[in-house]
Amino acid sequence: MEKKPNPNVRMWQGNVACAEGAIAAGCRFFAGYPITPSSEIAEVLALRFPVVGGHFIQMEDEIAAMGAVIGGSLGGAKTMTATSGPGFSLKQENIGFAAMAEVPCVIVNVQRGGPSTGLPTHAAQSDVMQARWGTHGDHPIIVLSPSSVRETYDLTVRAFNLAEKYRMPVILLSDEIIGHLTEKIEIPDPSTIEIIDRKKPIDTPENYLPYKMDDSDIPAMANFGEGYRYHVTGLAHDETGFPTNDPEKIRAQMLRLNRKIQRFRDDIVEVETFNTDDMDVLVISFGSTARSVKRAVINAREKGVKAGLLRLKTIWPFPDKEIEALYKPVRKIVVAEMNLGQIAHEVEWATRREKPVVRVNKIDGEPITPIEIYEAIIS
Amino acid sequence: MKKISKITINEKWCKSCEICVYFCPKSVYDMGRFYPVIARPEDCIACKLCEKLCPDFAITVTPPDIAESIKK
Amino acid sequence: MDYLYYLREEKMPHIWCDGCGHGIILKSILRVIDKLGWEKDDIAMVSGIGCSSRTPGYVDFNTLHTTHGRAIAFATGLKIVKPNLHIIIVSGDGDATAIGGNHFIHAARRNTDLTVIIYNNYIYGMTGGQASPTTPIGKKASTAPYGNPDAPFDISRLAQAAGAAYVARSTVYHVGKTDRYIEQAFLKRGFSVVEIMTPCPTSYGRRNKEGNGVDMIMFQKKNSVGIERAQKMSEEELQGKIITGVFVDKEQNNYLQRYKEVIDKAKQINQ
Repeated sequence: MEKKPNPNVRMWQGNVACAEGAIAAGCRFFAGYPITPSSEIAEVLALRFPVVGGHFIQMEDEIAAMGAVIGGSLGGAKTMTATSGPGFSLKQENIGFAAMAEVPCVIVNVQRGGPSTGLPTHAAQSDVMQARWGTHGDHPIIVLSPSSVRETYDLTVRAFNLAEKYRMPVILLSDEIIGHLTEKIEIPDPSTIEIIDRKKPIDTPENYLPYKMDDSDIPAMANFGEGYRYHVTGLAHDETGFPTNDPEKIRAQMLRLNRKIQRFRDDIVEVETFNTDDMDVLVISFGSTARSVKRAVINAREKGVKAGLLRLKTIWPFPDKEIEALYKPVRKIVVAEMNLGQIAHEVEWATRREKPVVRVNKIDGEPITPIEIYEAIIS
Repeated sequence: MKKISKITINEKWCKSCEICVYFCPKSVYDMGRFYPVIARPEDCIACKLCEKLCPDFAITVTPPDIAESIKK
Repeated sequence: MDYLYYLREEKMPHIWCDGCGHGIILKSILRVIDKLGWEKDDIAMVSGIGCSSRTPGYVDFNTLHTTHGRAIAFATGLKIVKPNLHIIIVSGDGDATAIGGNHFIHAARRNTDLTVIIYNNYIYGMTGGQASPTTPIGKKASTAPYGNPDAPFDISRLAQAAGAAYVARSTVYHVGKTDRYIEQAFLKRGFSVVEIMTPCPTSYGRRNKEGNGVDMIMFQKKNSVGIERAQKMSEEELQGKIITGVFVDKEQNNYLQRYKEVIDKAKQINQ
């Protein structure tokens, strides 16, 4: 008997899964600028959007792409841009605007080696801190990191949901390996995908406060051109949206802005554990490197060393509680990442340096191999 | 009697730049100690140049016919 | 007309200095909106950073005060998502042609259906009078204390070369012309630019001994030359003159019309 093909099976690379995930999440506007290794996301959406009622635009530079994404979101669309390396640096100015003016949007950074032009076609995971603090000022931000093609799809959908739910920019921090990795995956049935939309105002236009202080900490957002004539600015503003120099009002708004992360961190943070129940050695990793860790953990167990993996699917807000729940019984902690210790530093803070933290780092464009991690585990 | 325009100056918004004083083609205004003074309202031809050139939204000129009808 | 209908009255008086021409430009914009009968809900005013970019705060439209130079980029996204909005960008010479120069020329090339009103006062006024891309050679600025060594941009010619569908220049003195050009720009279904020369007595006039707002507007009155007349004048005769008039007025498909063709083609191929 001939086997019926599964209509939901795809042979996709990570970047394609990101583009398709965006469409599934309801994104209908993409503005971008070509940059390796993220360009496939733009290319797929240039091809797909005209057919599904979306709009793709190639802007004159990265800054413009980020600006257009914010403008589109204020018009009511779910919007996204994708970039890498130097392009992510250029976007920081307007990412700050999105955080300050509370405009939902998704920014994909397919990490490559840096600084500067660095290694355009090789992977890195060295934008962890930039994703958190790339723009100036105290601001909220959410950063998610996928480890597979299927997860790129899922976390892209989740990025949109979190952006809409919390009215803030969300960064999908992929890397060159995941972006260009092709895997056979099964995509979920569209009807099973949870889609969250931004909270719309129930007040009349006369009573609408775009930055209202209420119990929810997340003000309702009106679309431009739909009867709510309000003011949006990157200046410090009060509940009405207009600039203010009143310290009390500024403090209230700035604390609410940053409270969105603190208060809802349990809803935002997601991690995956593997073999952590009885472990002696905790390995922490994320993105493509977590794949090598998984193999190393299996190899170590075969040799009788009880290793376990904590994989960070959410990087910011940092999963400190999740680490705290795991680290007490272990002998040591290994942190594997393609940078010089950006996550390791956070892990040392979260564990108050009570356990030795062994760093496995690589910044030459080559992936960290399972053997390199294995050696760190058993040493 | 000649009908005259109704000119109002909002002193709360006026910044005393004197543009109205210098650009009125009929020299209706004089500069007062702080604000322009409507010195010769009877010379006003309701061209509204002062209103259009007032950067501070401080001048309103109501032409005579309209001013008359409002009065009634 | 009743300007107050369009103003957020509680935000007045505005922050612009005495003798600054920005308020005159804003009035022209409001008169044209009133004449065209546009609804306030259907208008979005977008700006960047600087004195001119404070305009949206005073008007009762959908208003967006973005980052320095980026107004056109934000407006491009908004226009695509809400094509029925009338989008007016207000910008200064520095905002539009220095830090935002790339967005300006590319929006012109793309012919996005947006209107940019450029308040050109030759200077960065808000930050204390630093030289801008339109400060003439030799003029003083806080960052050009011995005279500006850089050649200035001719903004209207720049917009023309970049492919804008409508380009005109006026001065705050020539309110009739300004109204007419803004109206033509608003009605143009493509990228339209109106450059309006406006005095900055505080940060430019004072430093360059050009007097107060009245003196500077008087200069505009005496030294403006219509574009037709200017074509018959020599380079030397045009020294120090302001050329006003309509530089470009042409019909060509705008960006969204061309994207509609992309959609049609994509649907045909993917059927």
